[in-house]
Amino acid sequence: MIFALILLPLVGALVAWIVPDNRLRPLILPVMGSIHLVLTALLLGNTPAPSAGGWIWLDPLGKVVLLCISLLFAVCAFYAVGYLSYRQERSNRILCMGLLVCLAAMGLVTVSQHLGLLWVALETTTVSMAPLIYFNRNARSIEATWKYLLICSVGIGLALLGLLFLAYSTYVAQHDATLLLGPLMASARGLNPGWLHAAAIFLLVGYGSKMGLAPLHTWKPDAYGEAPGLVGALLAGGLVNCAFLSILRVYQICLASGIEIQFFQKSLLGMGLISMAFAAVFMARQADFKRMLAYSSIEHVGILAIGLGLGGGAIYGALFHLLNNGLTKGVLFLSSGNIHRSYSNKTTDVVKGALTRLPWSGGLFLAGFIAITGSPPFSPFISEYTIVSSAFIEGHHLVGGLFLLFLVIVFIGMALTVLPMVMGAPPSDIEPTDYRDRLLTVGPPLLMMTVILMLGIWPPAFLVTLLRDGASMLGVQP
Amino acid sequence: MSAFADQLLVLVMLINLVMLGSSRLIFSIRAVAAQGVILGILPGLIHPFSGHLAAITAGIILAKGILIPYLISDAVRKAQIRREFEPFLGYVPTLLLGAVFTALSFAFAEKLPLAPEHKDLLFVPAAIATLLTGFLLLTTRRKAISQVIGYLVMENGIFIFGMLLTEAMPVMVEAGALLDLLVGIFVMGIVINHISREFSSLDTSRLRTLKEE
Repeated sequence: MIFALILLPLVGALVAWIVPDNRLRPLILPVMGSIHLVLTALLLGNTPAPSAGGWIWLDPLGKVVLLCISLLFAVCAFYAVGYLSYRQERSNRILCMGLLVCLAAMGLVTVSQHLGLLWVALETTTVSMAPLIYFNRNARSIEATWKYLLICSVGIGLALLGLLFLAYSTYVAQHDATLLLGPLMASARGLNPGWLHAAAIFLLVGYGSKMGLAPLHTWKPDAYGEAPGLVGALLAGGLVNCAFLSILRVYQICLASGIEIQFFQKSLLGMGLISMAFAAVFMARQADFKRMLAYSSIEHVGILAIGLGLGGGAIYGALFHLLNNGLTKGVLFLSSGNIHRSYSNKTTDVVKGALTRLPWSGGLFLAGFIAITGSPPFSPFISEYTIVSSAFIEGHHLVGGLFLLFLVIVFIGMALTVLPMVMGAPPSDIEPTDYRDRLLTVGPPLLMMTVILMLGIWPPAFLVTLLRDGASMLGVQP
Repeated sequence: MSAFADQLLVLVMLINLVMLGSSRLIFSIRAVAAQGVILGILPGLIHPFSGHLAAITAGIILAKGILIPYLISDAVRKAQIRREFEPFLGYVPTLLLGAVFTALSFAFAEKLPLAPEHKDLLFVPAAIATLLTGFLLLTTRRKAISQVIGYLVMENGIFIFGMLLTEAMPVMVEAGALLDLLVGIFVMGIVINHISREFSSLDTSRLRTLKEE
């Protein structure tokens, strides 16, 4: 079944390549998205034993990420049908193929227990997303694609070097090099500390640049700003979480080694706080609302890193936040894509009164803003609260204080952009566009918003158990 | 055999310096291809023969020696450019920096806690020197194609280090890594093509519209 999870999207990509009709082709996406979601649900309920010599296994951490990716992709897939019907002027063959290949690669990331395989899958997600950022085919989007491709490729190259250092540390210690997670963790205490330290640094820098942690985030505002909303949603909710899962794997090894973990946690805390600070500074007066969402993404990867760096109860919060951030970013990017279509502009100079012009999309964007800034009753509030309260409980007062301060600044900065966008009257002199809110472009994000609300009010028992299991893999006592 | 491997590694480091000093793109591409072929031969010199090894040798030579250089030179031909113009840092300074980096990487490799059988080989200093050369090319050159070449040189450096560990990386992972690299370069080649069409130049310093005011 796990193999179907990876191979079926590839088959879908092949079908997308063959189908000649530009209107029929996007229909493959919801079909594949639904199958993927069903497979994910089955796999979560009944997990198969490790296969392929222990290389492939869906453990609780992988499950959390897989759940987020599958849900997000299914929603984006239905949305894509509606969205692409407005973009019939250009071929969507590459877009459909890229999305499906990326889905397969993201699935492989979640089930890999071999760090080399994980690396290959992660690099595949990078490459398969690059042509999608260039969907709009103009000078700005090519610039964004180039930056994204070069920075992420170099970053992930450094991660490969980190992996080699890790393998070398096992080689020096026991003359039998391995990159399988299980044996690595079992022998972690005997690894050569010097090489392990180097490995941790390179892996953090490499995967951190893919995740967009400051100061390695420079590609993010450009890529998120220029990509179509649908691609932005998958970048911010899918690829970010895949990179975070890779960092979690490194964290597991550092934890098992006993010594390296203190350095790793400190680095995560530092990078997380810097990310939030960067986001707080650049969020204010951001006229381009898609770039603003990119800075919000930088803020939230910072929150994830801080949760992981704090350890203890905050890890549960970080794992929950992974899911919440992914889904909420989905709502924000999809609804911002609608607004962009309707105004054919993405700066706040033109976009005003979205609630009047597009009640549904505008409302969803506003609700997404309220959720992502950590306001109750939505689920990001719960996860952020878990992180910050455990920071104070465990005596990290400075971290907790800065965390709250940055949250407040980000809230004000984001509100200064979002509120004028959705409130007020739309300017009378904008050109009319043929975009109208329809079921296919509003329904999917609306559904996702409902899930976020549900998770905030009443998180289902299976999810709580799953997150607990995940946290216990990261050294949290149950 | 390891004496021969060391000689080849010296050649790799000389190629690094040649690339830093050259402005002709086609020449740099050929140099990278030569480096790729050497990288393919090296594992056979330090490890006992096996099917795994033969597959790696063939794969590296095919990808790094033939396919990737072909893809880049194809991009160069389509974009009709021959030379790197006005790099951010001149050729002589980068060449000197490259020489300094090479010397430093020898000094640095001395201090690393290497396994005893790797102590006397040149693999680690060559890997570090090549990696740093790649970074130099990436940061000082203006043309998109030169940056891709820099990225390739960096990957070569990583591969040189990886050769000490051919047992740890099973064939499938290595094949996957090579394939990803290949596809990555392919996509970069396409992007280069579009950059030259959109901006009628391949100068990445013109990619400046996206920034914070």
